[in-house]
Amino acid sequence: MSIRIIDENCNGCGLCKRACPQMAIEVENKKAIIDLELCNFCGACAAACRFRAVAIEIEKQAREDLSQYRNVWVFGEQFRGKVAPVVFELIGSGRQLADARGSELAVVVLGSDLEAAANELSEYALDKVYLYEAPELAQYDGERYARILADLCRGMKPEILLAGATTTGRSFMSQVAIKLYTGLTADCTGLAIGEDGLLYQTRPAYGGNIMATILCPYTRPQMATVRHKVFPHPEKRNNAKPPEVVRLNLKPQLHTSRSELIEFIEQVEATVNIVEADIIVSGGRGIQDPSNFALIQDLAQALGGAVGASRAAVDAGWIPYAHQVGQTGKTVCPKLYIACGISGAVQHLAGMSSSKTIIAINKDPEAPIFQVASFGFVGDCLEIVPLLTKKIKAMRGQG
Amino acid sequence: MKICVCIKQVPATTEVKFDPATNTLIREGVDSQINPFDLYALEEAVRVKERLQKEGQEATVTVVCMGPPQAEAALREAISLGGDDAILLSDRAFRGADTWATSFALAQALLKLQPEVVFCGMQAIDGDTGQVGPGIATHMDYAQAPYVAEIEGLERRKILVKRLLENGYERCSVRLPVVLTVVKEINEPRTPSLRGKMNAKKAKIPVWTAADLGAPEEKLGLQGSPTQVVKVFSPPHREGGQKWAGDADELSGKLAGLLKELEIV
Repeated sequence: MSIRIIDENCNGCGLCKRACPQMAIEVENKKAIIDLELCNFCGACAAACRFRAVAIEIEKQAREDLSQYRNVWVFGEQFRGKVAPVVFELIGSGRQLADARGSELAVVVLGSDLEAAANELSEYALDKVYLYEAPELAQYDGERYARILADLCRGMKPEILLAGATTTGRSFMSQVAIKLYTGLTADCTGLAIGEDGLLYQTRPAYGGNIMATILCPYTRPQMATVRHKVFPHPEKRNNAKPPEVVRLNLKPQLHTSRSELIEFIEQVEATVNIVEADIIVSGGRGIQDPSNFALIQDLAQALGGAVGASRAAVDAGWIPYAHQVGQTGKTVCPKLYIACGISGAVQHLAGMSSSKTIIAINKDPEAPIFQVASFGFVGDCLEIVPLLTKKIKAMRGQG
Repeated sequence: MKICVCIKQVPATTEVKFDPATNTLIREGVDSQINPFDLYALEEAVRVKERLQKEGQEATVTVVCMGPPQAEAALREAISLGGDDAILLSDRAFRGADTWATSFALAQALLKLQPEVVFCGMQAIDGDTGQVGPGIATHMDYAQAPYVAEIEGLERRKILVKRLLENGYERCSVRLPVVLTVVKEINEPRTPSLRGKMNAKKAKIPVWTAADLGAPEEKLGLQGSPTQVVKVFSPPHREGGQKWAGDADELSGKLAGLLKELEIV
């Protein structure tokens, strides 16, 4: 690989110098000069240059004929036969990608007893549902699932493979990508087919402070994971042709694993699973005391939402880590996020600022949370929240 | 038992901002730190080591980091926190690596070390992918357990772990050798001891290059990376909206009305 400045195009403006995180660029005599000892080929200079004066050349080509790869696949994550909500969101996005490529959209489901899952999926605008059933696949197992999906990709050659950025999807798709020696982009917030036919994958980085668009030009499938709630739940197919359900057969040798599930301890309260929730009520330092989290819980329940928390509340031991929103917790994208007594440290904002509507309740009118809040309420959440819960219950009662 | 920990040196990310006027990243004066999730990985590795040593077994913790020469500072800090020794993977050939090429290079180094257990943080706060830990395991052909919240037991041939998922916990028994990635819930990292600081100061940290790994250059760095960043830009700016002040009754009334307007209630 090589990087150089095209002198005819460079006017010495210095945009590249400012963009360079390595401080590897100097401008001398109105021309940029790159210190190759310091450069790490990150490409920030080329992205910043407005004069096409940075040339990064990678002597790379495809190892095989990429045109043999066709169709868009969505990994049909399921738990005990129930399809994860993010799968439907991916069907919506995958449909657009497949249409743009003039190819088919398929969902691939691994498990056992997948009849119900197949029926559920068949209500959507899909071309195919691939089912691979075996008793060993009843429970998710990363090693086993990755080996099987990689084998299916080798044989059937999808062009694009999407999965939810769940704990399952993120770790297991990485294994598949390594096995297939192809690219995987995590947590995409935008997917589109470019004029060149490639999948343009856009994702946040640096705690949401920047966005990057990423390509996988020379290898297939182009793989991406997408977070919950980034894409809307698609319409059902109505009268359109139902998808063809295809049962696959593979060698049982693929089923081995070095890991064995002992038990699954399900967290039954609906208020725990914050990534799938449409409404989240979150508490922070302003809650002051663990017992006051009951007020947050009550409001969440009245609204049919989940309970979130800031890092301060989790670190104080007021509520378990599973509820933490932010850089070292979960990233959420609900329709409504109600932040109660959360000041809005950047680390917290990184985890929730893409929520569709944000309501903030905080005593401090200068709290940074108000800079991202669609609606701000300056007051004590310990007083406001219980009153609000009561009013909502009353409204519900009337309705 | 030989234990390894992979760490990454990251910028204190929240300080990285994008300047929309010039279309550039502002990283000047941003400090570096050990990725917070890797501190939990290191702490857990050191705890396992200490437990084994108490039982009269031998155990060492080797910390591995890929990065520029400055990343040596992160490794010294890791030694002050209980690591026994450290190796820096640094070479121009590693630069520009995506998660495929990063996990490949780290895997080659770890294969030379032959650890029984490898610890990683669940993700790095700059890239946020969570792909490198599982990637390392796959390249090494080790078993893996991502998102570990508790180690319930460690035997000669297997490890019992509790993994944190969205809707609960999974208890698994996984055969060694294994790569674990850990979540924040697993422990509370210690602060450096005086002895740790002394060790960190004295430590000789070898630098391994691509040649030391014996790895083919076409699988390293930018050259070995299937993905390419083609554009970097600023996220859509979010403006704060209307703000109300007043007594709790008034505000809760207004809020209830708002929720009705938003068709939430």
